[in-house]
Amino acid sequence: MNKPLIFDSTLRDGQHAIAHQLSAEQAREYCRAIDGSGVYTVIVGHGNGLGASSIQVGLSATPDIELITAARTELKKTKLGVFILPGFGTIKNDLAPALAAGVDLVCVASHCTEANVTKQYIEYAVKKNKEVFGILMMYHLTTKERLLEEAQKMVTYGAQGIIIMDSAGSSTPQLVKDTITHLTAHLNVPIGFHAHNNLGMAIGNTMIALEAGATIADGTLRGFGAGAGNCQLETLVALLQKTGVDVGVNLYQLMDASDQVVAKIMKKPQEIDSVSITSGLAGVFSGFALPVKRAAAEFGIDPRDIFIELGRRRVVGGQEDMVIEVAMELAKKKITN
Amino acid sequence: MTGISIISLKVSMAASKVKVAIIGTGNIGSDLLSKVERSPFLRCSLFTGRNQDSQGIRRAKQLDITVSYDSIAAIENNPDCCDIVFDATNAESHKEHAPILKKLGKFVIDLTPSRVGTLCVPLINIDEAVQTDNINLVTCGGQSLIPIAKAIMEVHPETQYIEAVGSIASRSAGPGTRANIEEYINTTARALEVFSGVPKAKAILILNPAEPPILMHNTIYASITNPKLAELKDKIFSVAKAIQAYVPGYRIAAGPIVEKGNVMVIVEVVGQGDYLPTYAGNLDIITCAAVRVAEEYAQKKLNVSLQTV
Repeated sequence: MNKPLIFDSTLRDGQHAIAHQLSAEQAREYCRAIDGSGVYTVIVGHGNGLGASSIQVGLSATPDIELITAARTELKKTKLGVFILPGFGTIKNDLAPALAAGVDLVCVASHCTEANVTKQYIEYAVKKNKEVFGILMMYHLTTKERLLEEAQKMVTYGAQGIIIMDSAGSSTPQLVKDTITHLTAHLNVPIGFHAHNNLGMAIGNTMIALEAGATIADGTLRGFGAGAGNCQLETLVALLQKTGVDVGVNLYQLMDASDQVVAKIMKKPQEIDSVSITSGLAGVFSGFALPVKRAAAEFGIDPRDIFIELGRRRVVGGQEDMVIEVAMELAKKKITN
Repeated sequence: MTGISIISLKVSMAASKVKVAIIGTGNIGSDLLSKVERSPFLRCSLFTGRNQDSQGIRRAKQLDITVSYDSIAAIENNPDCCDIVFDATNAESHKEHAPILKKLGKFVIDLTPSRVGTLCVPLINIDEAVQTDNINLVTCGGQSLIPIAKAIMEVHPETQYIEAVGSIASRSAGPGTRANIEEYINTTARALEVFSGVPKAKAILILNPAEPPILMHNTIYASITNPKLAELKDKIFSVAKAIQAYVPGYRIAAGPIVEKGNVMVIVEVVGQGDYLPTYAGNLDIITCAAVRVAEEYAQKKLNVSLQTV
């Protein structure tokens, strides 16, 4: 196994678990604790990326630019990264100001089959001499062949690496192995894996991805993230150490940041509750967990039924308005029955 | 124009419809062609693009339409071929096309999010639009939600923030649309502010590749503290009815409801199934708007020429 790069999404994906309420002070404290630990980059911003603060997916307590500025003052050795999803964030309002504030690395994301919407954004960040990675989300909804085509498009636009996101935590170990093996066999750029823990496999699947040739592991401290959470980085680093892979990360520093900073930011410990298991089973974006629970309570229906119906409709990340619509329809049906 | 004169025009003008050229042979151009073909006032005299493998061009040939692969050069080389030009390419190309078409004296209806010409939503400002020489139809999401935003602002002028979310089927988003996500978002947000008067608007666009494809689905949120729901409902439904006059598949799917302190309205557009199947309401709403404006312009022009005769 190659020595993997660690992408730290704690201050991005973790935002889903706290309804995007991270403060600039929390971001600063976290970055101070993690700087120089050996993680490759710390990614900061709204859970759905720059410019995603909205009624649709949740309003941020702190504008992205303030989080970026706070992180920038503390990150001296570790790269400052951002995530942007075309359709939510724009170059004009979000990416350009972020780069001006000193961001080092940009992740440009799309749904797994829609890579061509990232062209303008990847090219822009490349032109600004940033490190750029292409992100393909909800990868379980397509085939490995199609995924390769989409990844190749992103590489053509200038992405230096591709990260595959199991946004719904829906992966079986076999799917991870087949997908990553296929991609690493056909692409010359680093491949990464971003796991979710809905079916209890976030660390396991990340290990499988690394064994299959992936060289980037994307996760969060304490597993802090959407739904059942992410690949817990301090656990992964320990496991890799035990496997004999030195990732060049200071494990104690990660643990300290986790215990002293992340534990305080979290509203409750990350757990795999029944709603998250259902979300993984149905293959629905983990970020829907809070909106689904809220809508279920409001309309008096079982949140699991909402997830199953959303899965049947094959909704993608960002379609939170469908949660309300589905909840309303299920409530109506319940009355009729 | 009175109803009687419209009828007499339909009869007398069959042979002398106003000639239109369509630049861009992708999804939007092809859908537009179907609608132009049905129009009593318009005739497509040129369907022109750049893509040699264009399925749209093959289809146009089968319909006996004059086609070209020279894009705008086909109009420059034969300026008399048309009075109206629809631009269904992309925002960047339209910025190049606009000055050329201006010099040629064409009435231009731009379906890209370039924001070069006068922003137009037919229900709101068609009279002003046909007085200018280049009109921009904002975006599909804009056509669908701006009238609703305006209705909300009329009932609650104190509203500070409106958000418009569009979800469309991946299959309905061609290369032009995909290359213009940035322009789509910026143009939709700006047009929402301009037309409704809300101080701050945000637009979001989501492509969903689900099979079978999803219907065009638009949601609007407005932050309103004490919404007058009954009044909002009346106004929104009457606006929807007025849009149905030129976009038959337009409907309020849900709302207005209050959700987390915001008024939420969901709109769906069922397409007429002209080029792509009915899920592609996003094509329908903007091509319907384009034809609506072109017909208004054409009727004025035909009327003037009738009077001159």
